[in-house]
Amino acid sequence: MNWKTFFAMLARDAHVARRNAIQLLLQTFLQPLLFVFIFGRVMVGSGYMPAAYKSLLLPGIIAISMTFTGIWAVAMPLIAEFQWTREIEDRLLAPISVGWIAIEKVIAGMLQALVAGLVVIPLAWLVLRPGVQISIDSPLTFAVIILLVAGFSSCGGLALGCSINQQHIGLMFSLVMTPMIFFGCTYYPWSALKTFPILQKLVLINPLVYASEGMRATLVPQFPHLSIAAVIIALLFFDGLLLVVGLRQFENKSVT
Amino acid sequence: MAVGVRTQDLRKIYNAAPPLGAAGGFMARADAKGAKQPKAQIPALDGLSLEIHPGEIFGLLGPNGAGKSTTVGVLTTRVRPTSGQAWIGDHDVWKEQAHVKHLIGVVPQRPNLDFSLTAREILVFHGAYFGIGSKQRNERADGLLEKFKLTERGNQMVRGFSGGMMQRLSIARAMMHDPQVLFLDEPSAGLDPQTRILLWEIIREYHQAGKTILLTTHYMEEADSLCQRLAIVDHGHMIAVGTPAQLKASIPGGFLLRLRFGRLTPELLQRLQALAGVREVRALDTTSKGTLESAGENAGKSAAEHAGVDVYADRGGSLIPEIANLAATAGAELSDVHISEPSLENLFLHHTGRSLRD
Repeated sequence: MNWKTFFAMLARDAHVARRNAIQLLLQTFLQPLLFVFIFGRVMVGSGYMPAAYKSLLLPGIIAISMTFTGIWAVAMPLIAEFQWTREIEDRLLAPISVGWIAIEKVIAGMLQALVAGLVVIPLAWLVLRPGVQISIDSPLTFAVIILLVAGFSSCGGLALGCSINQQHIGLMFSLVMTPMIFFGCTYYPWSALKTFPILQKLVLINPLVYASEGMRATLVPQFPHLSIAAVIIALLFFDGLLLVVGLRQFENKSVT
Repeated sequence: MAVGVRTQDLRKIYNAAPPLGAAGGFMARADAKGAKQPKAQIPALDGLSLEIHPGEIFGLLGPNGAGKSTTVGVLTTRVRPTSGQAWIGDHDVWKEQAHVKHLIGVVPQRPNLDFSLTAREILVFHGAYFGIGSKQRNERADGLLEKFKLTERGNQMVRGFSGGMMQRLSIARAMMHDPQVLFLDEPSAGLDPQTRILLWEIIREYHQAGKTILLTTHYMEEADSLCQRLAIVDHGHMIAVGTPAQLKASIPGGFLLRLRFGRLTPELLQRLQALAGVREVRALDTTSKGTLESAGENAGKSAAEHAGVDVYADRGGSLIPEIANLAATAGAELSDVHISEPSLENLFLHHTGRSLRD
């Protein structure tokens, strides 16, 4: 294993992320913050939503921001790099095995997802205050959960980025991203689906459900949520599955 | 110490369209029995064995789709061969990939530069990937930008570069980690003549530093003036290998006269063959693969209306009066004459019946 090459690639990704920082920030935070403002301030302030909704909303917003940052950070560059210019070869020809190049991409995506999570918490809190009641009772559990969320989003980005072509990006949004957000228990707790029993079972294939519920369990335990053990097991499963699928796709696509 | 390159019986069959840059190969004919229609398979390499000596400039010459890029792809860890083996020095390309990647520099047919970076950053990060220290990689990057006349554009994103500039930067990047073997896939395609000369100088200079260079080309003059040895490939086979001079000497006579007659009789062919200095006569519409199509098109017209004949001979222009006389006697009007001197183009034509440009 060639660590010098690995860290040089991480440095390259950090350099590119720094260069595109403003674009990345807008793309990551604008939509969730507008959502927070409308639902957390406008709807609550005008009395259409109970004040408690603010606290319920925040963990879901963190989960969405992290998930989409991770997916986006890995998938979008990969889709471009596998296009006809095969920019990816700039990295593939570096003296490191192909699998490690994919893992470097996953780590870079995880770091960006973690940064997104840590930035969106104070931002959303600023927009929502006063009246948000969040608490981190167990920092360790919280750390494990955000790491697993960053992991599944980044591995998901790898699997997606190696599976679709540039012309299908629009389709990816309408077929993958949008249902994932709306059936991801981000704006409501999973228990709220109990009046739709079939749907409630079906959404369990969506990893974002566990991300949102995990955030809720650690940040706002006063609301109903899935058990932390179930969340961790499910997230571990999705991390592993998406990593294996992503690595396989990456290797197939890198070498013809 | 210089490093050689070797391949043994390389085969590559693409199950789908080959990737861009290695586009080519030819469609396999459907199974003759026709019982089961096999999936469209595109053989690009069909048992290619090569031996490139340490420290030589070796050229792979062939038309589009001959398997040149696929060969380079296999040797540079980008295309997995269906069977066969490839070595860079003593290292098996497909067993010791990371090690092999240290030894090679690759200039692909299409520039695969990192579009998120500036020209200078591309070189510096490339140096970092190869473990070169910070001071050294910065110095080397500046030196290469200077050498390839890119210093002024060094801090610009490469997205806006012209094709020629991207090509120069690709070569600079390949040299950044000072590889022992440099692969250049169609390096001068799309370069203006001035830049091409600069490129040739740089390749020669790099070679003088004791490096092995493998380049693919379909430019005759490039192969002729740059390469110490050449392999001519077509349809994934090696057709001939040797120094440019050896290869040219292997064409019967050396001169090629491409003739067209109003009509062609066996008697005329015999008389052509009997002319002094003529080594070989080939009537194209019956023997050559390359002209089958045109023969087919002409079938409706009077038989072999534009019958072509290739004459390989020891002399060129001085044969023409005699040929014209023969044609007049036979009542076959001589409608077109093209004389070429000994060249690799003729060699290719001689072996394949096709022009390199086909």
